[in-house]
Amino acid sequence: MTVLGDIVGTPHVRDGGSGDAVDGITPRWVAMPASNEECAELLRLADRDGLAVVPRGGGTKLGWGNRPRQVDVIVDTSRLNRVLAHEAGDLVVIAQAGTPLATVQDTVAGAGQMLGIDSLWSGATLGGIIAANASGPRRVRFGTMKDLLIGITVVLPGGTIAHSGGKVVKNVAGYDLGKLFTGSLGTLGLITETIFRLHARPPTRRAVQAHLASPSALGLALQDVLRSHLTPTALEVRWDRSSGRLICLFESIEPSVAAQSDRAASILSRFGPVDVVDDISDLERPPWARGQTGLKIMTVPARLPDVIETVLGAAGEHGIDCRIGGHAGVAVLLVALDGGPEAVASTITTLRSRLEQEFVVVLEAPAPVKERVDVWGNAPGGALMRRIKEQFDPGGIMSPGRFVGGI
Amino acid sequence: MEDRERVVARMQEAVGPTAVITDREELRTYECDGLTGYRAVPSLAVLPETAEEVQAVVRICRDEGIPFVARGSGTGLSGGALPVEEGVLVVLARMRRILEVDIPNQRVVVEPGVVNAWVTEAVAPHGYYYAPDPSSQIVCSIGGNVAENSGGAHCLKYGFTTNHVTGLEVVFADGEMVQLGGKTAETPGYDLVGVLVGSEGTLGIVTKITLRIIRRPETVRTLLAAFPSTDEAGGAVSGIIAAGILPAAVEMMDALSRQAAEAAVHPGYPDAGGLLIVELDGPAVEVEHQFQSVQEICRENGAGEIRIAENDDERALIWRGRKAAFAAMGRISPDYFVQDGVIPRTALPQVLHKISAMGSERNLRVANVFHAGDGNLHPLVLYDGTVSGEAERAEELAGDILLVCLEHGGSITGEHGVGFDKKKYMPAMFTADDLDTMQLLRCAFDPRHLCNPGKVFPTPRLCGERPGPYREHPLQQAGIAEIF
Ligand SMILES: Cc1cc2nc3c(=O)[nH]c(=O)nc-3n(C[C@H](O)[C@H](O)[C@H](O)COP(=O)(O)OP(=O)(O)OC[C@H]3O[C@@H](n4cnc5c(N)ncnc54)[C@H](O)[C@@H]3O)c2cc1C
Repeated sequence: MTVLGDIVGTPHVRDGGSGDAVDGITPRWVAMPASNEECAELLRLADRDGLAVVPRGGGTKLGWGNRPRQVDVIVDTSRLNRVLAHEAGDLVVIAQAGTPLATVQDTVAGAGQMLGIDSLWSGATLGGIIAANASGPRRVRFGTMKDLLIGITVVLPGGTIAHSGGKVVKNVAGYDLGKLFTGSLGTLGLITETIFRLHARPPTRRAVQAHLASPSALGLALQDVLRSHLTPTALEVRWDRSSGRLICLFESIEPSVAAQSDRAASILSRFGPVDVVDDISDLERPPWARGQTGLKIMTVPARLPDVIETVLGAAGEHGIDCRIGGHAGVAVLLVALDGGPEAVASTITTLRSRLEQEFVVVLEAPAPVKERVDVWGNAPGGALMRRIKEQFDPGGIMSPGRFVGGI
Repeated sequence: MEDRERVVARMQEAVGPTAVITDREELRTYECDGLTGYRAVPSLAVLPETAEEVQAVVRICRDEGIPFVARGSGTGLSGGALPVEEGVLVVLARMRRILEVDIPNQRVVVEPGVVNAWVTEAVAPHGYYYAPDPSSQIVCSIGGNVAENSGGAHCLKYGFTTNHVTGLEVVFADGEMVQLGGKTAETPGYDLVGVLVGSEGTLGIVTKITLRIIRRPETVRTLLAAFPSTDEAGGAVSGIIAAGILPAAVEMMDALSRQAAEAAVHPGYPDAGGLLIVELDGPAVEVEHQFQSVQEICRENGAGEIRIAENDDERALIWRGRKAAFAAMGRISPDYFVQDGVIPRTALPQVLHKISAMGSERNLRVANVFHAGDGNLHPLVLYDGTVSGEAERAEELAGDILLVCLEHGGSITGEHGVGFDKKKYMPAMFTADDLDTMQLLRCAFDPRHLCNPGKVFPTPRLCGERPGPYREHPLQQAGIAEIF
């Protein structure tokens, strides 16, 4: 602890408490570095002494991934919270990784700009969103972190500070470490600085939705929207038991929003009753509540009806409740499962066996569920991932065990 | 190559005798890519027709410890496909099948030798297209695009190759064939597809690619605006962006490139110091409104003539001069270097003046034709190779332009890649630690450096070394704190 204090300053180290636990494992210490150099020093020390490190941003997704094998130090990025530059004319923002997304949005909003990622988890930081590869409804238009991140600084175990990319959007010099670290869940190193491309903040929005009576109607409605000339910023689905909704969100200048939502309403009305959605805040929350299990299912648009039927069927068979939400336009579903751990785990196993073409990942789950299933399921390229891990973190100190295949 | 005969025999067995080229004269076809200044004749070339044949070829290289280089259509402009003299060139030009067109899921699956433009041709009847559109698109291969993360005039709005690839099949240097990603928008685990795209053929040979296709926009509107100089044209670009408009393309040409294009393809461009092509696409109502705004912004920034394409033919005419601009340089100069650098868009006026001043100092002309929307410059340094010393001066100037890009926070390449040509500039853009860290990836995929060696990185490090010398913490240096 004194040594950690020497690195980050005594007031910025403390003993870990139960509030710091990762999947029930309480860390020995929490350290809050304020610079790249302090991060480097921390990771060098940890690497040398074999201390397991879990980086923490807003702490909103610390429960993602497998239960770590060991947690000695939480490296908390809350002091790495500065927006370093907003270059409005270039539509670029540079910020430290611990900066909350909301802070960045506030900073750039003054220039009528935004970072095209939405967080379903309030309090999330840039680094955390990158590491978890979290995304929201607007990914249909703006993509995910990997599409927006143009430069990154990372600190590796051993203390190397490395950059890739830069502050120009178009840039093919060198390997893209930003892509590698996106979704790496703290298993390769610590993300300390980020550079993003920004978009203009659209002046108006309107959302229309169709109420649909069957997953097949959803499938048809979705195909018609995809084949139209509409350019929604989000194309969401919500499904409970026997009925659901397809929601089209338009964000642009007023005449475009008006014309497109009218057009969408006329397309959608062939499949079910249509109305305007006044409050879209429901789109910006995951479908699950605390203590429930949250899944992410990745599929393709044409299989959405089948996947929804399969989820409803499996939940029914195992006698648990489920709610389905997610990004229909890119066929990424978020599913809430609520029931006893045994039944939830069996439902997941059933889903994985029936959804052979899909990827079924557990994002959040109570410990008893995690004990019963591997959260990742099948992931292509596992052997290569292990080799990458061995190169970047040969001592295996970064979030050990949390990732795919126990990486 | 030590035992060339044995290797040739094994290759012939793997891919058939007609698919192995050993004759030195025939091999000369492959001695360079689009950057003809660098040449090397490979020991042999093989032309596999299937992924399994590629795998068999790579396995032979692995067993024999021979370096190999993939080649698509050979249009690369950084020497990426430059052969290794003692190595095997793997030419993917016979793997040209479009394997699947999946409209409901907006995907197309292709072999690497498929030409970029064929993808759009295959899906056009369904109202779709493949967005990345390098100027070389009627020749260059999707495999080459993936390796270079190629862009095009329309990547300002739609992104680069990396934003349009969801799955890859790759043969790695250890001879393993691996499926990465797929048709889904994402897959669990490290983003290996994202890592592979843009790795310039140094991590493995891509044998199958799943591409995202997008719906043709309802409306496309294109205009050509003539400004007194590139300064005013640059002001208009900033104005358009500040107005919250994201055009499909914004291209700029200076007086010299206008002159060359005029001589070559007669697009009938107005006389101007700076020409801007702006294209908007999307829903009709949105495009019409924004198109009006763009015209106003151009006028406010000093545009004289503004020509608006009223139909596809007129649009093609506007684009004709721009697309021909590189090749047109031959009309005004016997030789030229094409440079590719990037700057933050707001630095455009400053950097263009600087480039022009640097040209004057060396008594050389520089023509500028570039993707103004994303600050991707393509200065064309004109020279006469018959005048002694001029080529050297031109090359030096082209290099110095890159350093100016870096001074302004830019990049040494926006789309042509580092390849063989620019690896010497990598240390100007990245620290030794940055480069060492990137090479950790190389070590994970290809620890023996068999796959396209000698590209991208100036000094490959040995795999197994840890990057970066450890630097003492200031507290330690000052003797204030000891790490126990
Ligand atoms: C006139 C002209 C205009 C151009 N315009 C543009 C432009 O607008 N935008 C742009 O981005 N580029 C442009 N280029 C550059 C070039 O066309 C692109 O880099 C293109 O992607 C190269 O494709 P290729 O098939 O010719 O690849 P090659 O030149 O054959 O190879 C390029 C690199 O890809 C690797 N490679 C090829 N196939 C594979 C594979 N299957 N697996 C792994 N690695 C592979 C090679 O090893 C090499 O490193 C232009 C070139 C010319 C000549």
